Amino acid sequence: MATTHSDHHYFVPEGVSYPVTLSAGLLSLAAGFVFSVATDKNKELGYLAAPGKWMMYLGAAIILFMVFKWMGSVITESVTGKYKKWEDRSFRWGMMVFIASEVAFFAAFFGALFYMRELSVPQLASFDPSFTPYKDFMGSWPSAGPGGNILGQTYTPGPLTPMGAWGLPAINTLLLLTSGATITWAHWGLIKNNRKQLNLGLFLTIALGTAFLICQAFEYHHAYTEMGLTLKSGAYGATFFMLTGFHGFHVTLGTIMLIVIWLRSLKGHFTPENHFGFEGVAWYWHFVDVVWLGLFIFVYWLV
Amino acid sequence: MSTTTVAHHDDHHDHHPTGLMRWLTTTNHKDIGTMYLTFSLIMFLVGGAMILGIRAELFKPGLQLMKPELFNQLIGVHALIMIFAALMPAATGFANWMIPLQIGAPDMALPRLNNWGFWLLPPAAILLTLPFTLALFGIGDGALATGWTFYPPLSIQGGIGVDFAIFSVHILGISSILGSINIIVTIFNMRAPGMTMMKLPLFAWGWLITAFLLVATIPVLAGAVTMLLTDRHFGTHFFDAAGGGDPILFQHLFWFFGHPEVYILLLPVWGFIPQILQTFARKPVYGYKAQVYSFWAVGALSVVVWAHHFFTAGMPVPALLYFMYSTMAISLPLAVMFFCWIKTMWKGSMSFETPMLFTVGWIILFGIGGLTGLVLADVAADAQYHNSYFVVAHFHYTLFAGGIMGMMAGVYYWLPKMTGHMYNEKLGKLHFWLTAISFNLTFIPQFFVGLAGMPRRIPDYALQFAEFNMISSTGAFILGLSQLLFVYNIISCIKGGEKATDKVWEGAQGLEWTLPSPPPYHSFTEQPVVK
Repeated sequence: MATTHSDHHYFVPEGVSYPVTLSAGLLSLAAGFVFSVATDKNKELGYLAAPGKWMMYLGAAIILFMVFKWMGSVITESVTGKYKKWEDRSFRWGMMVFIASEVAFFAAFFGALFYMRELSVPQLASFDPSFTPYKDFMGSWPSAGPGGNILGQTYTPGPLTPMGAWGLPAINTLLLLTSGATITWAHWGLIKNNRKQLNLGLFLTIALGTAFLICQAFEYHHAYTEMGLTLKSGAYGATFFMLTGFHGFHVTLGTIMLIVIWLRSLKGHFTPENHFGFEGVAWYWHFVDVVWLGLFIFVYWLV
Repeated sequence: MSTTTVAHHDDHHDHHPTGLMRWLTTTNHKDIGTMYLTFSLIMFLVGGAMILGIRAELFKPGLQLMKPELFNQLIGVHALIMIFAALMPAATGFANWMIPLQIGAPDMALPRLNNWGFWLLPPAAILLTLPFTLALFGIGDGALATGWTFYPPLSIQGGIGVDFAIFSVHILGISSILGSINIIVTIFNMRAPGMTMMKLPLFAWGWLITAFLLVATIPVLAGAVTMLLTDRHFGTHFFDAAGGGDPILFQHLFWFFGHPEVYILLLPVWGFIPQILQTFARKPVYGYKAQVYSFWAVGALSVVVWAHHFFTAGMPVPALLYFMYSTMAISLPLAVMFFCWIKTMWKGSMSFETPMLFTVGWIILFGIGGLTGLVLADVAADAQYHNSYFVVAHFHYTLFAGGIMGMMAGVYYWLPKMTGHMYNEKLGKLHFWLTAISFNLTFIPQFFVGLAGMPRRIPDYALQFAEFNMISSTGAFILGLSQLLFVYNIISCIKGGEKATDKVWEGAQGLEWTLPSPPPYHSFTEQPVVK
């Protein structure tokens, strides 16, 4: 690692205004979100909802534009040869640590799932019958909870059917696993300098990712309209939709990143030696893939 | 560690913008470090002013100055500001300034991300404190009033202050993760030739473990507050028994982050304290390897002990025992570190300039913090101490003495290097003595009122606690006002004063002292070779 770099000065970019503008966008998005959702608890603040929405749109637009500009300048620096092996290694380490932090984020929601499933739901059913308000609650998983009156609001769980594993979810597993293979195939093509294989592999990966998202949209629609399974369906509904929802969000980001990489490779970017942009996205895609396997096993299959 | 002469190099990047644009757009590690440190100092004063409001209210029993709602808000925001906006940015500021200099790197590895990491902080601070201002205009009922821990169900009932705090924590978390990525990558990839991992300055080692902890735990906090947000507004039941959830689940998730956070705040300090000791004892660090391994041990243990923060919330006896013993095990690597610090001073030719005064005071006061923590780790004793002022006193010994006084030692130690001027030594010493004495005046009484049963976070108290609270409040005001000396000393040191030499301190060791004071805008564009 610590080797001489006498031939090359580490590339320190000129000052840029993207990060600070991006932060201003985040501030606007977050404050706008609070103003527009705060109304659900406090009717007097209802007049804030409309300006709050506009703050959110403004913030989101600023963020998107700044990410676009920022990534654009990184791409320009990359194709004009500013990055050598030394910088490349920084990007690799950086991406690895970033993915590690993403793993920790999903771990929080898996932790919540295991906690509810193994501890809180069984405990709610295990109280002494003469004291518990949850007399008829069996505490088996999947559970929408015993129901009750909490914080002045009555919650009555509806009948709950868990999302079966062997329909759409199994197809989705197949789609994502195949997409992991196609992106590796594209990488092989890049290393062999076979551009056709690279472009086709990326296209297939994008197609599979998009197909996954369409299937998930169907699944959610089915859950909400026919199964009565919603975000509000107690412990099962909350963990199901938050875990698969955040995963779906990551697949969406991954697909957008893949599209960018695909367009770049169509323009002739990336060489067999120098293609961190491609690899970073591929790592991210594999990470999303692995999270899905965890979801398939613990959310869909072993219920 | 000896180094070859450092070649200074005129670089094409020297045409940087001036004025406000310089600070908004900079990618330079020293500029960004300066911004972090300045932000930290400002927020330290803001958070301090808030708690002086609390101490004024607690000066006498009864309600005098504020409504209980405002009292609760000030307590929670004080803690969030001190932790996330004062201590963490101070540590990151030193990391930005010193890690590249200490390891012979031209800059941080990812300079633009570095800029973003800092510029996320002001929006987060605005989000956190905005509800106070909004409440003045009749919008909402003020900032979050749950204490900094966000415990449900209170945090689910709270007003928009909670939502603002949730997003503030999200943004602070992004900032911490970006900072951590940058520091890990810098340490792995930017070291000068010959600087092997086991020659790394301890400050860099401490920060490396800190960064690992941040990457592992901040996302869990982000997840936890996200669940809180969906419980509040989107009908999920993570923390609601009616849906099969559990408010205690939040405590688990929160403290899975919250306990490592203590070491996140302390590890950077443990890193540079030995460097200050070796400088003023004029002896090499004792037990370098033992300290590095202790950092690893504390880091690893810190993520498996979280439930000792809520022993009284109810958990099975085997879990109580496990969390008690594993918590107590942390005192072993810490004992190793204390031994190494003392042994570094042993038979050294010591002198007591301000940084050294702060360091020695730090060792004693942080030691008290550690020992009282050992008492709290005891399940049986904790049933009495939990949620009392004893806890408040304990964590202020670790986080004010162990954290902030440590940072002050760092400020006095490196300020001449950063500004090129010596600070006023007399004022510095006065600042130390005022701080150390008034700190003890503030917090020693809190141990006793806590043991006698005074609960924390309550604006009123029984008459029997009146004298000790009066002493504590008096101490707090002296403590707060003496920080103005600190600010004055820093500002006058930036403006001028006796020229600092390159080495600044007679016994200073390490690469940062081979550069001029202040170092050129771009240092180590040619990496030094470490032998």
